[in-house]
Amino acid sequence: MTQVNLLQLSKAYSSADTYAVHNLTLEIASGQITALLGPSGCGKTTTLKMIAGLLRPTQGDITFDGQSVLGIPAERRGAVMVFQNYLLFPYMSVGENVGFGLKMRGVDQQTIRRKVAEILDLVKLSGFEDRRPKQLSGGQQQRVALARALIVEPKVLLLDEPLSNLDAHLRDEMRELILNIQRQLRITTIFVTHDQEEAVVLADKIALMFDGELQQFDRPNAFYKRPISVRAARFFGGVNFVDGVKRGERVETPLGIFHVNRQEIPDGPVVITIRPENLKLGEEGENAIQGRIRSHVYLGTHARFKVEAGQWHLEVVAEASSVEQFHDGEILSLKFPRENIWLVPTEK
Amino acid sequence: MTLEQAATRDLAIPPSQIAETGWGWGQVARWLVVVGIIVGVLLPFIPLAVWSFSHRWYFPALIPTQWSMRAWHYVFSPGSQVPKALGYSTVIALVVTLLSILIGIPAGRAMGLHRFRGKTLVEFLILAPTIVPTIAVAMGIHVAFIKYGLADTLLGVILVHLIPVTPYMVMIMSSVFANYDPEYEEQARTLGANPVRTFIYVTFPAILPGIVVGGLFSFIISWSQYVLTLLIGGGRVITLPLLLFSFAGSGDNPITAALSIVFVAPAVIFLIVTSRYLTGENAAIGGFGKI
Repeated sequence: MTQVNLLQLSKAYSSADTYAVHNLTLEIASGQITALLGPSGCGKTTTLKMIAGLLRPTQGDITFDGQSVLGIPAERRGAVMVFQNYLLFPYMSVGENVGFGLKMRGVDQQTIRRKVAEILDLVKLSGFEDRRPKQLSGGQQQRVALARALIVEPKVLLLDEPLSNLDAHLRDEMRELILNIQRQLRITTIFVTHDQEEAVVLADKIALMFDGELQQFDRPNAFYKRPISVRAARFFGGVNFVDGVKRGERVETPLGIFHVNRQEIPDGPVVITIRPENLKLGEEGENAIQGRIRSHVYLGTHARFKVEAGQWHLEVVAEASSVEQFHDGEILSLKFPRENIWLVPTEK
Repeated sequence: MTLEQAATRDLAIPPSQIAETGWGWGQVARWLVVVGIIVGVLLPFIPLAVWSFSHRWYFPALIPTQWSMRAWHYVFSPGSQVPKALGYSTVIALVVTLLSILIGIPAGRAMGLHRFRGKTLVEFLILAPTIVPTIAVAMGIHVAFIKYGLADTLLGVILVHLIPVTPYMVMIMSSVFANYDPEYEEQARTLGANPVRTFIYVTFPAILPGIVVGGLFSFIISWSQYVLTLLIGGGRVITLPLLLFSFAGSGDNPITAALSIVFVAPAVIFLIVTSRYLTGENAAIGGFGKI
């Protein structure tokens, strides 16, 4: 149980004015799973390596339970990293790989053997001690890598893209396993991913990063309900954005005037955003506009409509039966329920 | 089996399998290559071996007319210079190999893993000794070595042997490091290994095949060095090649032959011991494939 704090953390690369990570401040609660989410090259792996002690920050501080760890070398920091490509030592057996951390700590052979068996049981690989890494499937290799990290009882577990190298059904299995183990052992876990779905299903909190800077740090559902910017909303599958000008609880747009709930965003130019599943096709009333259905896709459990309204293309997710009710080319009303409208600043 | 049965049986096996299990042309060609290599390597030793036991052997006799152990007695007699030269050659080759490994690991790592300013120039300078004629360099070095008191000494010979040896060692090590993922070391560090133990448990096993192959090259290059040893050793540091040349010049064929066999033996032994690093899946040098 360790609380990790990143304080104004920056990492500059040799050409001094390009930052891989810039002024990152995060409070990572003890015993939780936190995701560092962002497109590739946004500095998330750099952040992970700085926490692990493999990279020295240019500025800022990292604390575990309030104590700065910058002076502690990687091998004594207690933050264990599991790399994206597992990096099992090829000339060691599975048992030797898993026992590596204990061997480095001078634990005796017998205890190592017992603990290796225990931890392999936890990752459902009992009896795999004598196999070679080459003989294992990708999913098994990943579990060995996880076991090798867990056996040293790290203060902080760092996972680099834990699910991205696995195919769909293995992902679900691995996700369950990570969540189960995390719940049992309550290790503060930080993982890095470029996949918002992976972040949402695994993390208690998500730190969204763009270009080395923190965009938003919040619970997963906040990114759907209250994204901080158009870019953040887009990253989580937001597609509906209408430019307007906010005056109090009214937003004037070329599509008409929208009435919105009070929001802490200054009056002036804003962007209206709403999730596709919250738009109501064919409903009248407050905040209803006229639109023409351009196309639709039937997806079995639901249907997705593309609606043209003025210069904007909006997407609507409706229940599956709606494909019988609405047809391409039809002009009908489209309601923006007041409580589902969220305002974000205009992009520069 | 009737002809018909045979025909159906053959049809049941896909053609690709026939090629693998039977004696296809590929198989024959492979064996021809293997036999060719063995003949090419071993055949020249047969006359050498015969010569070393001969006493009189004049044209047109197919085999020596008189046999003798004289050459072998001489080679191993304490009075001859051979045991001493063998000792010198061994010490020099081993120390040169060790030093070249110590140079090759960090240099190969820098060349294989990092990009830096002037890398092409450094690469060229490392390779230069393989292009420039040794004798040209050796003359200049001789003058400098006389000044520093290194001429005519064992240390001087060892240092000068590093010139032809280092390029090969660095080349091999840099190709090893080019295929090496340094994240393995980071992984070991976060698991609790300090830098020294990371090297012992992670880096060293990974680059061992390269060290063995590079070491083999170093040993053989140093072992067979003639010009540099002669020039810098000044006749005081006598190695096997020096003796061999003087006997070859004197026309004593049996002793030359016996000495040649002694000279070649370590190289062959090393090659056999290290062969598993030269070919196969973990080959340190690519392109050889599996025979």
